[in-house]
Amino acid sequence: MQVDWNTFWPRIFEATGETLTMVLFTLLFSSVFGIALGLLLYVTREGNILENKVLFNILNVFINIIRPIPFIILLVALSPVTRVVVGTTIGTWAAIFPMTIAASFGIARIVENNLVSIDPGIIEAAKAMGASPVSIIFTVLIPEALGPLILGLTFISVALIDFSAMAGTVGGGGLGDLAMTYGYQRFDNSVMFVTVLLLIVLTQIAQFIGNYLARIFLRR
Amino acid sequence: MIEFREVSKVFHTSKQNEVKAVNDVSLSVNEGEIFGVIGLSGAGKSTLLRLVNLLESPTYGEVLVNDKSISTLSPKELRQMRQKIGMIFQNFNLFNSRTVFGNVAYPLKIAKVPKQEIKKRVNELLSFVGLADKADQYPEQLSGGQKQRVGIARALATSPDILICDEATSALDPETTGEILNLLKKVNREFNVTILLITHEMNVIRTICNRVAVMENGEVIEEGSVYDIFTNPQERTTQKFISSVLNDHISSNLFKQLQASKKGRLYRVIFMGDATNQPVLSNIAKDYNVSVNIINGNISELQEALFGNLVVELQGNDNEIDQVVEELQKQVQVKEVTDHAG
Ligand SMILES: Nc1ncnc2c1ncn2[C@@H]1O[C@H](COP(=O)(O)OP(=O)(O)O)[C@@H](O)[C@H]1O
Ligand SMILES: [Mg+2]
Repeated sequence: MQVDWNTFWPRIFEATGETLTMVLFTLLFSSVFGIALGLLLYVTREGNILENKVLFNILNVFINIIRPIPFIILLVALSPVTRVVVGTTIGTWAAIFPMTIAASFGIARIVENNLVSIDPGIIEAAKAMGASPVSIIFTVLIPEALGPLILGLTFISVALIDFSAMAGTVGGGGLGDLAMTYGYQRFDNSVMFVTVLLLIVLTQIAQFIGNYLARIFLRR
Repeated sequence: MIEFREVSKVFHTSKQNEVKAVNDVSLSVNEGEIFGVIGLSGAGKSTLLRLVNLLESPTYGEVLVNDKSISTLSPKELRQMRQKIGMIFQNFNLFNSRTVFGNVAYPLKIAKVPKQEIKKRVNELLSFVGLADKADQYPEQLSGGQKQRVGIARALATSPDILICDEATSALDPETTGEILNLLKKVNREFNVTILLITHEMNVIRTICNRVAVMENGEVIEEGSVYDIFTNPQERTTQKFISSVLNDHISSNLFKQLQASKKGRLYRVIFMGDATNQPVLSNIAKDYNVSVNIINGNISELQEALFGNLVVELQGNDNEIDQVVEELQKQVQVKEVTDHAG
């Protein structure tokens, strides 16, 4: 069957908006949680500025448990929690919650890896100048890791476009959902073509912005 | 100013193994001096230095800074004390995300100095270290010597009384090393900053230190004024460090040749202070029927005093040589050289 392109274009427009909403809000929330978690993981590690074996081990094990779970399974498994937190398991906001959880743990690991690659001598220099652990976090760890961190967040944004397509199938809407319902279920390749093209464009834009910002902070 | 009282630092590298990085060290560094600690890699120098600002805490003993035991400070007092002890590093440890200006401004920001004042102070310091034109550059754009200048400016930002230096010139070429050492000397003189430095290069000690301690296996094995240590080293390790810069030993080949020729006897003559300016050897040679053959020697400057070190061969009959040696010993140090390392 053929789509009515007159009603379809507004639908595409709407779906693009839903995808952007899911990706951007997830990116926002998961950056906050992920960076906080990654920092916590790093500073509590043995020998670091706020060494705390118990907290480190709890966080570490927790992240190792959540991270390998495929997103589509996490999406379903989290739905009772999603209902409590968001109030519903259907819709864009209901998709943002599990996406945030999955992305936060991914970002936490990325942040931790970026922090580990900071020369410990630099942190020691700050300590020797009388900086407190909290000011070391904000004035040394974050600025020194920012360049690679932005590249990491770019990587996550691209993954989130992918997640949003999956989350869409459980009622989140968005371009992925559109491609599925029109393209897969109704065998209309032209619609699939348009949505896939849009997804590619979005990915490229995300990559471009990320690279651009990273270049500024890495100065290369 | 800085006092180590029977300080030891033990690292537990695993459940059973421990390393005594610093072993029962007692030292005191006086106000206004440049004190050097020399030792081979692994001797415990860095650990000793890091005890001064409590980057490492002592396992036994105590460290006093300005007569205050630093282990008793609260975290906040400790941070305030650290602002009064500047530190520079072998690898500079500059913040890559900050410009030269930002690096020097950092300790002032930590100390909550008002912005206007920070600007003034940073510009002052950058002129002092000769980098006024590099304020907006990033560390990666600087040479090693320039990075260390930034390190020094940053360490001085909060006007500390003490500067501690961990192998500050070990990553630099000889010429740049000289420049940085001159700068440190200037810091010591102009700002009356007490400097405690550690190094494995005797040249650094000779160039700027007033006093020196030699470390080996965590212990201080010899200590004294640089002049005394250079002119009269007691320990084998100290002697080795000194020969590394004085280059005052004759080769074993040459020694064998001289022995074989049996023309005369070898002596090491050490001149200090005024004696360096006197024609001591030629005067004596005139009075006796002994000729002096200079095999090897140099005169260097140590603590603004001259210090000469000669290996001479005295040729003549034994009796007269003995008289010459006796006569010489009234004015300078003379020791017979009996092996090539002597
Ligand atoms: N944090 C540490 N943990 C375990 N061992 C250490 C640590 N720091 C230093 N050491 C050991 O202590 C000894 C002295 O090290 P260090 O003070 O760095 O010597 P130096 O600066 O003279 O080369 C070495 O054997 C080193 O391996
Ligand atoms: Mg060292």
